[in-house]
Amino acid sequence: MSLQELLLMRHEWTLIGSLLILLVLELNFTDEGKTKSIPSAAILFALVTLSGFLPSQSGTLFGGMYVTDPLRILMKNILNLGVLIVFLQSGSWLRAKNNYNRITEFYLLMLSSVIGVSFMISAGNFLMFYLGLELLTIPIAAAASYEQYKSKSAEAGIKLILSAAFASALLLFGLSMLYGATGSMYFSKMIVTADVLHVLGFVFFFSGLAFKISVVPFHLWTADVYEGSPTNVTSYLSVVSKGAAIFVFVLLSVTLFETIRQVWQPVIYGTAIFTMTIGNLFAIRQQNLKRFLAFSSIAQAGFILLGVIGGTALAMASVIYFVLVYVFSNLAAFGVVIAIEQYSGKININDYNGLYHTNPRLSLAMMLALFSLAGIPPLAGFFGKFFLFTAAAESGYYVLLFIAVANAVVSLYYYLLVVKAMFVNKNESPIKYFHSDYPTRIALSACVVGILVIGFYSPIFEFIKQLCLSSL
Amino acid sequence: MNILIAHIAVPAITTLVMMFARTQKQVRAVAASGMTLQLLLSLILLYLFLQERAAGNEAVVLFTQSYFWYPSLGISFDIGVDGIAVAMILLTSIVIFTGIFASWEVEKLYKEFFISLIVLATGVYGFFVSLDLFVLFLFFELAVIPMYLLIGIWGSGPKEYAAMKLTLMLMGGSALLVVGILGVYFTADVEGLRTFNILALGQQHVPIEMQRIFFPMLFIGFGVIGALFPFHTWSPDGHSSAPTAVSMLHAGVLMKLGGYGCLKVAIFLLPEAANEMSWIFLILTSISVIYGALATVVQTDLKYINAYSSVSHCGLVLFAILMLNKTSSTGAVLQMISHGLMTALFFALIGMLYSRTKTRIITEMGGLMKVLPFLSVCYVIGGLASLGLPGLSGFVAEMTIFVGAFEHEDLFHRVATIIAVSSIVVTAVYILRVVGMLLMGPIKSEAYNNFPKAKWFEKIATISLITGILVIGLTPLWLSNMIRDSLGLIVDKLVLK
Repeated sequence: MSLQELLLMRHEWTLIGSLLILLVLELNFTDEGKTKSIPSAAILFALVTLSGFLPSQSGTLFGGMYVTDPLRILMKNILNLGVLIVFLQSGSWLRAKNNYNRITEFYLLMLSSVIGVSFMISAGNFLMFYLGLELLTIPIAAAASYEQYKSKSAEAGIKLILSAAFASALLLFGLSMLYGATGSMYFSKMIVTADVLHVLGFVFFFSGLAFKISVVPFHLWTADVYEGSPTNVTSYLSVVSKGAAIFVFVLLSVTLFETIRQVWQPVIYGTAIFTMTIGNLFAIRQQNLKRFLAFSSIAQAGFILLGVIGGTALAMASVIYFVLVYVFSNLAAFGVVIAIEQYSGKININDYNGLYHTNPRLSLAMMLALFSLAGIPPLAGFFGKFFLFTAAAESGYYVLLFIAVANAVVSLYYYLLVVKAMFVNKNESPIKYFHSDYPTRIALSACVVGILVIGFYSPIFEFIKQLCLSSL
Repeated sequence: MNILIAHIAVPAITTLVMMFARTQKQVRAVAASGMTLQLLLSLILLYLFLQERAAGNEAVVLFTQSYFWYPSLGISFDIGVDGIAVAMILLTSIVIFTGIFASWEVEKLYKEFFISLIVLATGVYGFFVSLDLFVLFLFFELAVIPMYLLIGIWGSGPKEYAAMKLTLMLMGGSALLVVGILGVYFTADVEGLRTFNILALGQQHVPIEMQRIFFPMLFIGFGVIGALFPFHTWSPDGHSSAPTAVSMLHAGVLMKLGGYGCLKVAIFLLPEAANEMSWIFLILTSISVIYGALATVVQTDLKYINAYSSVSHCGLVLFAILMLNKTSSTGAVLQMISHGLMTALFFALIGMLYSRTKTRIITEMGGLMKVLPFLSVCYVIGGLASLGLPGLSGFVAEMTIFVGAFEHEDLFHRVATIIAVSSIVVTAVYILRVVGMLLMGPIKSEAYNNFPKAKWFEKIATISLITGILVIGLTPLWLSNMIRDSLGLIVDKLVLK
């Protein structure tokens, strides 16, 4: 393997490298110095993220098992940004007494999962894809039960691993059908037709992936796992693992499954409607903010499907762009929830009553994040949603579009409930003023800047669209 | 710098500077000077516009400027104004200028209040200057965040309910707009790259079967904020719960976005469907006009009175637009401006009276003319303008509308017109009833004698609004010509039957 070829896998190498470095560093830390792995991990991962933006080439490795091109690199970079923000936000939580001895463990689990994400996106073969998917899921199940001293956390871990195992089984079943019908596992060699076996294979494959995206009716694990997991893991689950699954589906829908468009378009059509509506309806009734964000993220997945359904360059671009926006918006919301949970242990919407009077900056960040999720201008979420809607309209799905915009109004209602709690409601004993640690503040500021700037800075979208056009 | 960009930049810079202001005095000074500058800018814009027209510049829109934004989607930041937009910008500047003075004494979170208020105004300016559907829609929705906070935090009465209702109903309207806008964008017959530019879209043709789907969406979408029956219910609750300046801006300007959008987007882009379907909406707007007026008669809360009369007057705007001819559309725009000034004056006065009497129920007040002569006279002037007294702006607007409406000779339009005209009588009833109960008669309570006289900032607010009402009432010709010239493009596409 020449150096040139090695560099094609730059994302994976840097990730594996930083994982090993972290492992070695951990050995040298004294018992009192365990917290040093928090900044080390953040710095290492920042370097990984930065190196991802260096110019790179397209190509395949391992006889077509591994594919890389600018679009895939962009996807990895977007998700890496999300992981970096998650890392920055998790410092204060890891310093807590109960987690003290196992700080590095958390980072190792997360890094392994990110390696899985990278391999999954770069897969050129279903086996490689499956390996990536499992590598993405299993460490996260361990991380979900990281707070062993809380029964809810253990419950979340077991729920996640069981449903993920079930999803994997479905997915493998689908893959075996596809393999049996086409005689290959390589995306480039498989020719999928509207044959019954092919379609069945696709349906099972989609079901497996839908678990990851938490598309209705495969969403039932989401709320419980999100609620029980440590909030930092939840934010990773809701942004990175969901984003990766969506990216893979977008890539496959326009390449491998292009030929059976008439099959998957109605499937997406139906699931999109149910995902948006059910996510929204359940989100309205939630008091616990983590459950609230879980259902809101289900609804957001429904909106994303609106972009997937078109299968054009604009549709792909709108999905990737929306995920980028979603990374910043959702992680800003989670960042505030994490900061407040760390300081006060409070997690309900009622606890946020009167927050603006004591913590104006956090409240503003939360408000911007929620309005961005709701798609209100001039925030990035507005542009993201508008482009998704444009993608759906481009292919003539006006009824679906109508249902989606109606859902967007419903979603504004429950996002406003939180804003109302922070700004309007009165509270005798609001959460007191506090300083969160610097990494959290940096992460939150980065998110807020992202929310404010991404929409106005149009070259980002134009760049993504150009990449999508050239990859079709 | 382009004067239109300055119109967006000045409020934006004002809010930025305000963030660094500390005391209430500083905040007020920044807000007042920023908005005074903005008012001067708008007057300069008017002057320049009239100069250009007098010099024979026949271009549809003037002061255009275009920046590519999302070229692959045909979105660019296109700005430019015609006569209608200039008139609306001037109205906005007057209302926000007086709004600042009407909320001079806001105590609670004053900095946030003024920032939200000016952000709201920025959205309105952006809406009026943009020539790109996407940008127009963006500015239209920009109002949502500040609106909710303004009513939710600084409102009174059932403010949380009202804020939520208003926000969700207006968002519901803009949800329809998204579908309508994208529908027009994708179904217009065009070779090559599509565009969101309104003028370019106006030259393209949308198939009639598509127009039939998207016209109601666009018209209702804008109609919601224009208080189109039966989507007007946010208006009474919202206006009565909102703080004074927000009621002024909302009833005075934001409701006009509806009429403006219906005219310059829905009817301009989808003229055939407008011809075909105008009768449906004409029925709805006739109901708005007469129902709003009748509902006003039984109200006892001053703000509800003004809110329902706004439903009636804004219904008249949409009614006039749907008559689909030049005269009535000119009247519609005149009515928007006249009602904007009038209703802002009313809400400002209601706020000032409330700060003294601590009640807005008219049966609990009386004899204010004796203790507050200045404010009472202002109220009477506003009332007379509202019921269409010649010499004031209301007369000019309503006269033009009904002359235009009578150009239609068929029975249906005649009946609708007669229904709408009869609302003038009802208007007289409720205006005189309020004036009689509120201002005339014996002084209701001893405490009234201790009321402070009108303060300087209250005088600035009321006098500038009354000046506007008088100027339009006495010399309407320049304004109606300016509006009429800009309507050609829209009305010529309509095939009158």
